[in-house]
Amino acid sequence: MSVPGHTAPDSVGIVEPQRVAFSQPFELQCGMELPGFELVYETYGELNSARTNAILICHALSGHHHAAGYHSKDESRAGWWDNCIGPGKPIDTNRFHVVSLNNVGGCHGSTGPRSVNPATGKPFGSDFPTITVRDWVETQALLADHLGIERFAAIIGGSLGGMQAMQWSIDHPERVANAVLIACASHLSAQNIAFNEIARLAIKIGTANGERVEDAVAKGLGLARMIGHVTYLSADSMGDKFGREIKSGNIDQASDVQFQVESYLHYQGERFSREFDPNTYLLITRVLDYFDPAREFDGDLVETLRQATARFLVVSFTSDWRFSPERSDEIVDALLATGKDTVSVTVESSMGHDSFLLDIPRYFDVLRGYLQRVAEDIGA
Amino acid sequence: MRIDFEHIVQIVEPNSRVLDVGCGDGELLAHLADQKNVVGYGIEKDPVGIQSCVERGVNIIEHDLNFGLARFPADSFDSVVMTETLQALDHPIDLLRELLRVAKRCIVTFPNMGHWRCRLQLLTRGRMPVSEHLPYEWYDTPNIHLCTFKDFDALCEVERVRVVERSQINGAQGRVNRASRASNLLATTGLYVLERAQ
Repeated sequence: MSVPGHTAPDSVGIVEPQRVAFSQPFELQCGMELPGFELVYETYGELNSARTNAILICHALSGHHHAAGYHSKDESRAGWWDNCIGPGKPIDTNRFHVVSLNNVGGCHGSTGPRSVNPATGKPFGSDFPTITVRDWVETQALLADHLGIERFAAIIGGSLGGMQAMQWSIDHPERVANAVLIACASHLSAQNIAFNEIARLAIKIGTANGERVEDAVAKGLGLARMIGHVTYLSADSMGDKFGREIKSGNIDQASDVQFQVESYLHYQGERFSREFDPNTYLLITRVLDYFDPAREFDGDLVETLRQATARFLVVSFTSDWRFSPERSDEIVDALLATGKDTVSVTVESSMGHDSFLLDIPRYFDVLRGYLQRVAEDIGA
Repeated sequence: MRIDFEHIVQIVEPNSRVLDVGCGDGELLAHLADQKNVVGYGIEKDPVGIQSCVERGVNIIEHDLNFGLARFPADSFDSVVMTETLQALDHPIDLLRELLRVAKRCIVTFPNMGHWRCRLQLLTRGRMPVSEHLPYEWYDTPNIHLCTFKDFDALCEVERVRVVERSQINGAQGRVNRASRASNLLATTGLYVLERAQ
């Protein structure tokens, strides 16, 4: 029997989610207003007396506030980025105070489609207003104010999380010392949007009879996740993991053959449909599609990033075809054009977009090395 | 500090934008930032060198020079530095043109295969020269485009590149001197400052 995860020396241990309510109406970029909202968040590591050692973790499509540690002794699965956050880990909680939240529109406790709309007394459901990355950044800034954090030592995110870190660096340059953009892009490609639309359609198709999304069978959400999952892996990593291994049936008689990869996707889809909210999925894939900070600058990314003052770490992965190294290079080239301090690394990995969640040694070495410098700069 | 770095730090304009192409562990860029307040970026493909740059806090872009510099706009830097890298490139001439597109001024160093020790080895042993400076056997060397001072001069002429400075480093002497007629025989390393012809 191995040691329980929460007692491991490099685990943040048992953590308790916190909750904060903002009662003021919050105007969204779409023009609509949220009548106040709540955020659920967790913190790991101590905030120093100068309040300079805070790191904000921004989650991706299916993430949430529970990034590290365990909610109880009995919880078998640690937070979604537990391999990276903890004492002595790349995001070292001995040096940094790490803040991780569930974004507005999410389905893990922050105000979202499952929350009750005070105007109607019923859950928002599919009526939840359109959210943007900029809206998230503003809500995160309110959380930072609440926690007494004037400026983050670093804001870190992978995929959609990286987009938030990038938006922070543009909208609140004075509040971000370092922006860490992992497997990120300055906007989605047409191919990306196409995959998101197929996923959305998978969810909506179950509602053809006029059912509301939340009432429709969970199968649509499972299917959406299956589509997403295929795009997060690479052909090689799927080949390595599953090959053509057969889980059931007999290929000679072609009798209901199920390959291992199908079984895996069904399992992932089914699990996800139990844990996630279809309206949140619709909402957040739209957040991804709409993200394009350069739009306000006639598509000029150089001008968009000119106002940023952060130092940047940009990491991409060779086999990531959803957010390919070329998309990261676009960001890096714009950063160089404006003379920003930039570290850009392309990590060899066969694991596709999912690489950003894995403890790939070179990736973690770079992250660790970079954040050690950040810690030294602030004396943490 | 390495003798060639010391010289380069001296001749680089303060507060300028510098691209160090094949920057290795980032030592030169760190000196340029400290002593000349340079806004510097390194390009490197070796993960070990890159990690060292990250830990030093030097700007570093992971990139294979054999893919060219197309991603860097013309005149996006004040000067480009390339130390001991030319000889390891697939197409040195293409990159040299690229360097002088990205910046007007380019500082290049290369090992001189015309050095008398190299010549002597080839003459007496009849084998490809192996030295402290170039310690590889011919079959596993990264240095696939070696040249002499005279070869490099000829290249500059063919390319119509303006040679602003032509210096030599003699390993034993440990100094950077103006190159002379004897450099092709006596210098271990050439250090050239090149400018785009108008």
